Amino acid sequence: MSPDKLNGGDKALSLYVPEPEFRPGDTPNFSDVPIPKAGAAPRPDIDVEAGDVRDLAYTIIRVLNRDGKAVGPWAGLLSDDQLKVGLEDMLRVRAFDARMLMAQRQGKTSFYMQALGEEAIACAFQKALQPGDMNFPTYRQQGLLLSTDYPVVDMMNQIYSNAADPLLGRQLPILYSSKENGFFTVSGNLATQFIQGVGWAMASAIKGDTKIAASWIGDGSTAESDFHSALVFASTYRAPVVMNIVNNQWAISTFQGIARGKAATFASRGLGFGIPALRVDGNDYLAVYAVSKWAVDRARAGHGPTLIEHVTYRVGGHSTSDDPSVYRPKEESSAWPLGDPIERLKNHLIANGVWSQAQHVQARERIEIDIAEAQKLAEKNGTLHDGPHSTPASMFDDVYKEMPLHLRRQRQEAGV
Amino acid sequence: MARMTMIQAIRSAMENAMERDDNVVVFGEDVGFFGGVFRCTQGLQEKFGPQRCFDSPINESGIVGAAVGMAAYGLRPCVEIQFADYVYPGYDQIASEASRIRYRSRNDFTVPMVVRMPSGGGIFGGQTHSQSPEALFAHISGIKTVIPSNPYDAKGMLIASIEDDDPVMFLEPKRLYNGPFDGHHDRPVTPWSKHELGEVPDAHYTVPLGKAAVRREGADVTILAYGTMVYVAEAAVKETGIDAEIIDLRTILPLDMETIEASVAKTGRCVIVHEATKTCGFGAELMAVVMEGCFYHLQAPVIRVTGYDTPYPHAHEWEYFPGPKRVGDALRKVMEAA
Repeated sequence: MSPDKLNGGDKALSLYVPEPEFRPGDTPNFSDVPIPKAGAAPRPDIDVEAGDVRDLAYTIIRVLNRDGKAVGPWAGLLSDDQLKVGLEDMLRVRAFDARMLMAQRQGKTSFYMQALGEEAIACAFQKALQPGDMNFPTYRQQGLLLSTDYPVVDMMNQIYSNAADPLLGRQLPILYSSKENGFFTVSGNLATQFIQGVGWAMASAIKGDTKIAASWIGDGSTAESDFHSALVFASTYRAPVVMNIVNNQWAISTFQGIARGKAATFASRGLGFGIPALRVDGNDYLAVYAVSKWAVDRARAGHGPTLIEHVTYRVGGHSTSDDPSVYRPKEESSAWPLGDPIERLKNHLIANGVWSQAQHVQARERIEIDIAEAQKLAEKNGTLHDGPHSTPASMFDDVYKEMPLHLRRQRQEAGV
Repeated sequence: MARMTMIQAIRSAMENAMERDDNVVVFGEDVGFFGGVFRCTQGLQEKFGPQRCFDSPINESGIVGAAVGMAAYGLRPCVEIQFADYVYPGYDQIASEASRIRYRSRNDFTVPMVVRMPSGGGIFGGQTHSQSPEALFAHISGIKTVIPSNPYDAKGMLIASIEDDDPVMFLEPKRLYNGPFDGHHDRPVTPWSKHELGEVPDAHYTVPLGKAAVRREGADVTILAYGTMVYVAEAAVKETGIDAEIIDLRTILPLDMETIEASVAKTGRCVIVHEATKTCGFGAELMAVVMEGCFYHLQAPVIRVTGYDTPYPHAHEWEYFPGPKRVGDALRKVMEAA
């Protein structure tokens, strides 16, 4: 059969492969991205059914308006002092990232991933949790740890794989672990933690405890089957879990359209499972906190899971191993309509009359000094290439609780 | 003490473990109200309630992934994969996650989890209900892989697996569920009630992981086998009259290398038998262990008798299955070598 006879004689089929709107050399213009007005989205009760809040999966819940005022039903949950802490948390993440990115460029470690532009999400979310709750993070939620009392210097020791690395140099930089701080050991394989968080939450419910879990995933890795596994288990057993999608628009060089086309929002995937799905302005610290708190309260009250899509933009590269100017316009991050989370919270505090530009500069400088001092301390314990490291013999430890014969023999052969 | 089939022994193990420890939970496809397609979980939901024993969605990566999270919480999940052939969607959670969480977190998080799965052929299951994927687990460091061959071991090793603080893959040779099948498919199988290893205490006990069992002492050749092949080897030894030492490995990782090495050093000959496909099958590892540890004791090349490197064919089950004749031929061949 000739091609013109196919498909009822119309024309041969052709595969649709989505392309981002802008590539290097283009002038990015996001005026067609709908940004709802701050304060417009309703705030439902936490025991709501998914079908009753369908619209929240398609809008963007926002609290901070253009004038830096907090408006609408999701506003008013945090005091000015709490917001100042949040601002400092975000400044700490940004300073930490800048230092560690530089350290990687200087050859002190192999790899780094910054959270530039998306600091509000992890920092605000952490404040909605209680001690005992557990995050199942991806590699870009350093803000969760940096918003707790986890020692900055230990994070750096991990990044340097040095002699004081709490993980003995076993893990790629930034794949931290801290049970005490509610931070599950980060994998590196994508999406696996999304269902693990659901299992952890199910366990809390089985035991009749009051702890909840928070799973994390990126826009790109929602395409993994573990995303589906997590939704079906969370929905089926009404697990006390908050399921976070950080939609930062880019998965390395692949734009978010490859994980969904333009068919629907990521949040809307929860609706098919009867899971309430909320889409939030990820660069609005107040909105992220309010939506997170709603979902955390809902989980803890036994009403089941929530899916949150945090809409943001990955300002930096995926990691130190890629150059984003090769696959997207350099101007794209500044053209992105949701602004910078630190600037927005700063402006809000200034608008509230409790903060000033001078105080801001002072705080930033103090935090940068703290980070630099921590870095000096960490480097006293060594860096990746110059050492020192944990003892080579330790690589055979903790594969099993007790070392079996074959590993004892291999360790002996290794002569360590 | 009671006579139990392997199914009853496995059920009894879970029942004892659940009685002793509230943290033991059981879930998987059809394991709740119905009690499992092979009946291994029958009665557990009724006895312990739906929060301790429940049905799961048909989603193996979800079953294993959720179990990983539960184990990290502090539970001891013992999950069922309906057939070993279906484990692959959960393999990422086993190979990349469960196996490494203790290591990568330096004991901050651990995964005391058991993944049970019926394996092996002999029931006309075709290529989707007959597989023996043990080598895919043995290749992964950080997990243990157990394959019991009788009700007594099945119960004792399942309890030991549930109580173990590391993840355990527990493969149940389904052709052995009701009796010690020896590969003579044209003859009736002796039920476990007439076999001494069908004698199983009702109470809690453990059989240690990582220890092989010498099922028959012999002087002339060592047979390394596990699961169904233990009985195929016994039949072959009986039929050839060769004085073979039969070692039932029971746990393939960690492997009881010392028992293997001592036996082959004594006999100087070795035949390795498994049902799984040959290339990169666990027999390849066993042969390497024998070569590394016993080369100067060997009087003949080591022989492998295994499934062929094809999918398990439905109609040609008995041509594919490594039965007593093929094992007997291998024994004769290894004895003929100078």
